[in-house]
Amino acid sequence: MSLRTARTLPLLLAGILLAAGAHASEAEHVHASQAWIRILPGDLPAGGYVTLENTGDQPTSLRAAHSPSYASIGLHKSSADGGTSRMAMVDSVAIPAHGKAELTPGGYHLMLMKAAAPVKPGDKVKLTLTFGDGSTLDTDFLARPANATDAGDAMPGMEHGH
Amino acid sequence: MKLCRIRRVALLSLLALAALLQAGCHREDAIPWLLTDVTGHMPDLDFRLVDDHGKAVTGQDYRGKVVLLYFGYTHCPDVCPLTLAQLHVVMQRLGPLADGARILFVSVDPARDTPEVMHAYVNAFDPRAVGLSGAPRDIEELSKRYRSAFTREPDQGNGQYEVSHSSAIYIFDRDGKARLLSTPDRSQDDLVHDLHLLLSLGASA
Repeated sequence: MSLRTARTLPLLLAGILLAAGAHASEAEHVHASQAWIRILPGDLPAGGYVTLENTGDQPTSLRAAHSPSYASIGLHKSSADGGTSRMAMVDSVAIPAHGKAELTPGGYHLMLMKAAAPVKPGDKVKLTLTFGDGSTLDTDFLARPANATDAGDAMPGMEHGH
Repeated sequence: MKLCRIRRVALLSLLALAALLQAGCHREDAIPWLLTDVTGHMPDLDFRLVDDHGKAVTGQDYRGKVVLLYFGYTHCPDVCPLTLAQLHVVMQRLGPLADGARILFVSVDPARDTPEVMHAYVNAFDPRAVGLSGAPRDIEELSKRYRSAFTREPDQGNGQYEVSHSSAIYIFDRDGKARLLSTPDRSQDDLVHDLHLLLSLGASA
């Protein structure tokens, strides 16, 4: 065994271990449902909602969301203290072990800004959700009209692996 | 169609008359409101703003209609659309009675909310919704009139900013008198119940 191989072998092993670790990623234990976006006229920011269920034994958190369809997606929380509606950015939304996080109107939500192309009700928009360990889950969000109050009867949120 | 309408108006008038008579018997303060009764505690509907067709309007222009006044702004992606979507459901549940009501959505962000933006916005929710904007001073005057504060939050560095605003819905009768106050925690059933009553009362004048 050359010195070179001796050096690279541990790296290789580490790589394999990392890959194995990534296999048991947080995203793997998260199931998305009720994924929808409220489409507003013009270029107004849209609200995104989803229910994230964690079937794993470890808590996780939603850290970020990205999509080629929007220039930026923020994680926000609405609150109504003392009769005043406020909106604040948050770093993450906790998803407890064997529990769920519900992003629904009036609470936690995604704020999708600057659509790359106009999104119409009925469209499916693919979002990549990023969790605490950096693992990701692609989820189709259903675009719904402005006056929708929930995900409607369509789509339990389609997932496409990691 | 026209005959149908006349019949409906006649029927509604009868209903209103019946409600008035009943109100007369039991006195109005005995109306079993579910929302917060603010009758006599808040000023009449009065403002000078611009509607979503770009037309100058005042509170007087909405006399004869039951008015649901709500402050918000179009760049609000969550709570404002939720409130307007819920009001749309309430209007649908009221059926033809809802034609006697108007949702007045007043922008607390007139810099971005032009009549054109407001027009597209309110019509995405309900045909009986009107978007009102105007001079910042006039909007502030209206919001102060109903003790409804709003604050523009700091710019996020990309020209985007949020506006904190009152989440209440102020409800006026056909005479422009403030009657009820609803908050987001109230159920749609409560709103439907009270609006049904209020719309059946008709105008006293």
